[in-house]
Amino acid sequence: MKKVLPVLTLVLGLIALWYVAAIPMNIKEVLTQAERDGATITPASAQERRDLSNLSLVLQNPGQIGQSWSTKRPILPAPHRVVAELYDSTIHEELTGRRGIVRSGTLSNRSLIYHGLVTLSATALGFAIGATLGIALAIGIVHSRVMDMSVMPWAIISQTIPIVALAPMIIVVLYSIGVQGLLPKAIISAYLSFFPVVVGMVKGLRSPDHMQMDLMRTYNAGQTTVLSKLRLPSSVPYLFASLKIAIAASLVGAIVGELPVQKGGLGARMLAGSYYGQMEQIWAALFMAAALAATLVWAISAAERATLKKMGMAQ
Amino acid sequence: MTQVLSALLIWAAGFALNVKLANGPAHDTAATRTAIPVIFGITILLMWELLVRGLGVPTVILPPPSLIAETFAANLGTLWQDFTQTILKGALSGYLIGILAAFGTALLVDRYDFLKRGLLPIGNFMAALPIVGTAPILVMWFGFGWQSKAAVVVLMVYFPMLVNTVAGLQDTTAMQRDLMHTYAATWWQSMVKLRLPAALPFIFNGLKISTTLALIGAIVAEFFGSPTQGLGFRISTSIGALDLGMVWAAILVSALAGTAFYGLMTALERRMTFWHASHRK
Repeated sequence: MKKVLPVLTLVLGLIALWYVAAIPMNIKEVLTQAERDGATITPASAQERRDLSNLSLVLQNPGQIGQSWSTKRPILPAPHRVVAELYDSTIHEELTGRRGIVRSGTLSNRSLIYHGLVTLSATALGFAIGATLGIALAIGIVHSRVMDMSVMPWAIISQTIPIVALAPMIIVVLYSIGVQGLLPKAIISAYLSFFPVVVGMVKGLRSPDHMQMDLMRTYNAGQTTVLSKLRLPSSVPYLFASLKIAIAASLVGAIVGELPVQKGGLGARMLAGSYYGQMEQIWAALFMAAALAATLVWAISAAERATLKKMGMAQ
Repeated sequence: MTQVLSALLIWAAGFALNVKLANGPAHDTAATRTAIPVIFGITILLMWELLVRGLGVPTVILPPPSLIAETFAANLGTLWQDFTQTILKGALSGYLIGILAAFGTALLVDRYDFLKRGLLPIGNFMAALPIVGTAPILVMWFGFGWQSKAAVVVLMVYFPMLVNTVAGLQDTTAMQRDLMHTYAATWWQSMVKLRLPAALPFIFNGLKISTTLALIGAIVAEFFGSPTQGLGFRISTSIGALDLGMVWAAILVSALAGTAFYGLMTALERRMTFWHASHRK
């Protein structure tokens, strides 16, 4: 209870702030609509209203405040409108829509469930590639001084490059040589997710102290034995910490990778929403992406707890 | 064919040289530490050039480094304008605002326990979210100019910076705080003399993570609408024209800017946290 109460208070405060902010943000659109419907507004013409600040418009037309939470084309949709859009484009669309799963047997290409799954599969594939590559590279770096000294600086530099800028190019180039679908997006995800894994794993593989390493030496253990019996087990906590960062980065990569090719996915939904001025659609896709990120990170944490408990390393 | 062969030869030679340097007697000197990654980089560049030419890879797929350098040199003026638009106006202003806002919030969070218990879980949650997704919304609110890019950057750097700063401010031992207490230090005095310096390694960690995020935010936001200059704009329009040399030149600019930005933060960190265990010899 002591933990939940402050979080709940702040979340409620943020939602309240959202509702309040929606009034001045949407007021111009609302007033234009009200004028068309024949209501009297001060000042009367759109020309005069254009030069006034949103706040003074709200103060002069307090009667229209309620409308700003339900207007059809909001600049900032009220939270309940976003939730409604989210419901419409997931459960409602699938259950009653013409292309929904109930009527057609396949997921509707207008539903966020379908687009979320597209993004999720690219994220998962990219994460798998990135994590495997990261672990392999870390093992190489720990065992070979040449790799440590030559690759590590470049791995760091590679992350200071805003790689997401490359995303459209990678996708277009791969598309032109015939690679399409999941792989191009997954490559971007993999690029973003391999670095945290490398850094975390190098740290983890080097975490056994001298005493433990010396013990292995007194056993006359070879490099592979040291790796499998000492280094890898002691790197597990580091691995999970970096996997959590990596999967969040992987999701960002997948979403950005969907921007240039409009073939489904949450990123494509956002770009489409931005082209057609559908703010509610963007917000719904954003909420879906947030839920996806939270679920993925939670899944890794659950796996972490279970693994550490089984290994007897849980605090 | 000879070009492919010589590429392999260069690879073998570079690798052998690096092995020799890394296992040689001088492997711990500063000169070797810089030489090895530089040799590695040069080897990669030469191999790239020779393989692309030798295998006849079309420039539309992967241009050779020489072509990229040529385009870069020929379009310095345009690229400089893109650099000012995206990096100086968009990324840098957003970075400064975001960092300062996060720092202020971190001080507040540290002062009031209620905020710490409420805001930290939310901050941790938000730091994992794909904030890039807010780019279309912010571009719609703030227009196509640099202001919308700065807004995206503010949101992107805010949460990692907040989480890191708050974690850093808690990184003092009870003994150290008790000592400040016996000196009758006020909250501000113990903040300035003890806790801020102790938090610096964490703060710099946040600053370094944020440099990359800032560039990503500014460039991606340009995909959703921009004036007719900027690195994101240059990349997306040059791809449309299949002018891959220009695309790579723009990427080179962002890579140079990103590395310089990160390097600046690392240099500052070395100067200001020279006392920390990771910087002592």
